[in-house]
Amino acid sequence: MGVDWNTFWPRIVEATGETILMVILTLVFSSILGILMGLLFFVTREGNILQNKYVFNILNLIVNIVRPIPFIILLVAITPITREIVGTTIGTMAAVFPMTIAASFAIARIVENNLISVEPGIIEAAQAMGARPIQIIFGVLIPEALGPLILGLTFITVGLIDFSAMAGTVGGGGLGDLAMSYGYQRFDTSVMVVTVVILILLVQIAQFTGNFLSKAVLRR
Amino acid sequence: MIKFEGVSKVFGTEGKAVQAVKNVTLTVNKGEVFGIVGFSGAGKSTLIRLVNLLERPTSGKVTVNNLEISTISPTELRKLRRGIGMIFQSFNLFNSRTVFGNIAYPLKLAKTNKQEIKRRVKELLQFVGLEDKEDNYPEQLSGGQRQRVGIARALATSPDILICDEATSALDPETTGEILNLLKKINKEYNITILLITHEMHVIRTICDRMAVMENGEVIEEGNVYDIFSDPQSKTTKNFISSVLNDKLSPRLLKKLHENPTVRLYRVIFTGEASSKPILSQVTRKHQIDFNIIYGSINELQEQLFGSLVVEFYGGKSEVDKVVEELSKIVEVREVVHHGS
Repeated sequence: MGVDWNTFWPRIVEATGETILMVILTLVFSSILGILMGLLFFVTREGNILQNKYVFNILNLIVNIVRPIPFIILLVAITPITREIVGTTIGTMAAVFPMTIAASFAIARIVENNLISVEPGIIEAAQAMGARPIQIIFGVLIPEALGPLILGLTFITVGLIDFSAMAGTVGGGGLGDLAMSYGYQRFDTSVMVVTVVILILLVQIAQFTGNFLSKAVLRR
Repeated sequence: MIKFEGVSKVFGTEGKAVQAVKNVTLTVNKGEVFGIVGFSGAGKSTLIRLVNLLERPTSGKVTVNNLEISTISPTELRKLRRGIGMIFQSFNLFNSRTVFGNIAYPLKLAKTNKQEIKRRVKELLQFVGLEDKEDNYPEQLSGGQRQRVGIARALATSPDILICDEATSALDPETTGEILNLLKKINKEYNITILLITHEMHVIRTICDRMAVMENGEVIEEGNVYDIFSDPQSKTTKNFISSVLNDKLSPRLLKKLHENPTVRLYRVIFTGEASSKPILSQVTRKHQIDFNIIYGSINELQEQLFGSLVVEFYGGKSEVDKVVEELSKIVEVREVVHHGS
């Protein structure tokens, strides 16, 4: 079974564009949500600048409920909410919503873990200078943890490329969709190989960019 | 200036509560260098954190500049903290900021304008001797240089109190000396009150005017550094002092010296006036006997001399007794006996 590459290349280009769009949009939305949640996690932790047992425990519970759900199940399970918010359950935008949900919680944990590694004495020094909690968060905590935070977000980005392929299987479009419908369902190995190669390239680019940025921040 | 009145601090809840500070009453006067010495876990670290409310007292009153601080509002607290500089054992510099950025940070918090920040940072860098390092990052500096940055940062907002949390404990002896000189200079030139904690008696001896000794959360001894060095009361204080004065013979050497039964050793302690007069020589010459200084040290403490010497007298028993009697009228004399024989 041959492939008409003349009509096929434009489809690959289009699908690559969809994947990149899904990943970037998800990354932007989930970074905002995830970083906020991660910060809230950190500052409300016992002994920290805004410690609050209730906020911390509720947040912790939510994260621990959502995180273990396999993405493919979450994708299907929250379809009604996706329809409410995005207006449709098919297409690139419909895939971005569940991806954002899943990624936000993962980012929250990564942010929290990276902030814990900031020397408590540095926070204490800022407190002793009379800094407000919000000034400590944005002026001290985030800059101090920025290098590892970027690496954490890079890790998530690579995961999102994987998620996007999965989202493709339920009508999200992108390279995953293409690989499934042509490569898997029509047994066309050559299409599969091309999409896999493109996915590998995307991951390489994401990882390279992340490494470069974190190196620039850490000056090492 | 800084006043603790019956202050206690308890960590944890009932059952596994730890009382870090127990009923401490202490006054630090304006313009002095006050040192608190104690072993780790004595509660000194908690005590100094009560001054800028990094820790809140469980009971008792802490007063800073006539302001009872436990009841103040968050805004007043931030204002109070800007008037109290703090430096730390591990420096706690912001690694993501340059030397300039570190010193500028408290000024930014105080909403100082850019030009003024630039001027002030330059001035501080000059004061601590790091003019050429403003664009370096903390990780590119040595320990002593980092502490200088810490000091410049703590002084940025012109505080009238400086709290030092084991500020020299991570430094080598030479650098420690430099940092202590710098602290003394800050105290003298800017008339900044310094409250420091340390486990090194050497630090107290070098720069403090008054001191307190802490043990198990309590202040067990307090007073003028000279007085405490010359007449320590508690065992802990004595141990701390002998760690810097080198005036104790080892038990083995003492035993060896006492093997000759005619040898009688005396510890002669010179304080104040007596330390600058040839007392030993005068008294022994009068009774025509010789003396030999076996061991001991003479130290400078707050610009006065303090000596503690172990001396052997050569002569008949009656002459030696007379010498000891006469000496006792001027200085403190104690016979050094060999324990355990």
